[in-house]
Amino acid sequence: MASTHILQAGLGQTSASGERGVFARAGAVLLRRLAPWAAPALLILAWQWAATHGLIGSRILPPPLEVLKAGVTLAENGELWTHLKISFWRALIGFALGGGLGLLLGLITGLSRRGELLLDTSVQMIRNIPPLALIPLVILWFGIDEAAKLFLVAFGTLFPVYINTYHGIRSVDAGLVEMARSYGLRGWPLFRDVILPGALPSILVGVRFAIGFAWILLIVAETISASSGIGYLAMNAREFLQTDVVVLAILLYAVLGKLSDWAARWVERIWLRWHPAYQ
Amino acid sequence: MTQTTLEGTAGVALAIRGLAKRFGAQTVLAALDLDIRAGEFVAIVGRSGCGKSTLLRLVAGLDRASDGRIDADGAALADSGADTRLMFQDARLLPWKSVLANVGLGLSGDWQPRARAALAEVGLAEHAGKWPSQLSGGQRQRVALARALIHEPQLLLLDEPLGALDALTRIEMQQLIERLWLRHRCTVLLVTHDVEEAVALADRVLLIEDGRVGLDLPVPLPRPRARGAAGFGAIEEQVLARVLRQPELVTPLVDELPIAPGALRWAL
Ligand SMILES: Nc1ncnc2c1ncn2[C@@H]1O[C@H](COP(=O)(O)OP(=O)(O)O)[C@@H](O)[C@H]1O
Ligand SMILES: [Mg+2]
Repeated sequence: MASTHILQAGLGQTSASGERGVFARAGAVLLRRLAPWAAPALLILAWQWAATHGLIGSRILPPPLEVLKAGVTLAENGELWTHLKISFWRALIGFALGGGLGLLLGLITGLSRRGELLLDTSVQMIRNIPPLALIPLVILWFGIDEAAKLFLVAFGTLFPVYINTYHGIRSVDAGLVEMARSYGLRGWPLFRDVILPGALPSILVGVRFAIGFAWILLIVAETISASSGIGYLAMNAREFLQTDVVVLAILLYAVLGKLSDWAARWVERIWLRWHPAYQ
Repeated sequence: MTQTTLEGTAGVALAIRGLAKRFGAQTVLAALDLDIRAGEFVAIVGRSGCGKSTLLRLVAGLDRASDGRIDADGAALADSGADTRLMFQDARLLPWKSVLANVGLGLSGDWQPRARAALAEVGLAEHAGKWPSQLSGGQRQRVALARALIHEPQLLLLDEPLGALDALTRIEMQQLIERLWLRHRCTVLLVTHDVEEAVALADRVLLIEDGRVGLDLPVPLPRPRARGAAGFGAIEEQVLARVLRQPELVTPLVDELPIAPGALRWAL
């Protein structure tokens, strides 16, 4: 948009004052694009400067270039990708299990009065247990096995999806349901065309919460006990005092969290493109 | 059956006997009797809360009557197989379906050409691919009308369909509804709070008060009706005066009303 703007202005005006105006406007656009990155860039520069001048011990915080180098080394010998892949799959499978079960339970309690009566109170009671409080029990049950991490992630992602599915279905416009019934929609078509799309905005809110929880729980689980994954990478590096790798692992978690949030937003934009908020 | 049938009608004749609806201790409709000829256009007016929507919902089969019966062409309406469509004041379009898919709701097989034709009939052919949120209020109501008419209903129930529209759009929509009714020839029950609208469109204007039909006034004006035409204003005032429970009020006194009758039309 900005470039066509400049082009049109440039074609229309050839006088000196016009050109100055074009450059001033292009500069303003550039400045506005770059402004949000100014503070982080300055911070990194200050960090680099302070670290290389010995103001911060490299044991405390290595300079950003060192972190970058550590990343390149690990990427080249393939270790980085192995651990990334393992963490990513753990998050995905844990989320699929917990989110799937949450969706299923939410559909049951949202759609059926009997289901609500039977299940909702129990689910709400279990919801009050903080997932991290389960860690000792989880270790007793599963040891430090793969299952322990998946269980924790699944446990934490179940409830946000459950609650938002249940409330989403309950808050579907009753007028629309009545209208659809009067047009002969019953059973599966009614669910597919009216109830599910009506509940979808709420369900997706739950999914985004769940994705956030999934990463937090995975970080904790991998840090406590693991023989692979980004958390293992960090804990292993700590033993060998490789602070650069530790910082790298932290940054990797941040990037993964951000990427999965983007993915969730992208899905929202596709599935909710009918929603005025996405037009 | 003494009911006469209009020529070439696709509509059903309605016979409502002793219809009652109570919500707890509140009686909304009390032993309401009403006969409507096949293909007739009937407007229902009355004060807010008098039970107009309740009556329509009972006829549409959305609620169950406390008492009484509704017959269509001599058999209970619910069992008669007569296609009945209710159009609500809010268009009730599915926001996640395109305009075209909304019109085709509940149809199976090759419904798209039919839906396109129905959209064209209400003048919205070029909006088929839009989302309902991209339409104006009047356009949404026209989509709802197309959705109802695609089923070729024998009985069309309209519950204040134009209540939320601006004055110009209302008049356009009234003309559209009249045109479509003349083409489809279904029986129409139109609930409105606008007496002028009732007189402009209906063969008969009914007033509901105290749970019964309080006034049943034929409108023997030729169509299309001009609002300034002789007789139009007289009928309108007659209905208004009755709604306001001032049956002794005759036309010469209207000028002495503190508020113009035109303004009062909206206060019902
Ligand atoms: N589902 C319901 N439960 C209880 N009362 C109702 C219900 N529906 C309507 N009523 C009452 O019935 C009366 C008539 O309502 P309605 O038919 O909607 O009036 P209107 O003539 O304005 O359309 C109102 O007093 C309303 O409060
Ligand atoms: Mg009403």
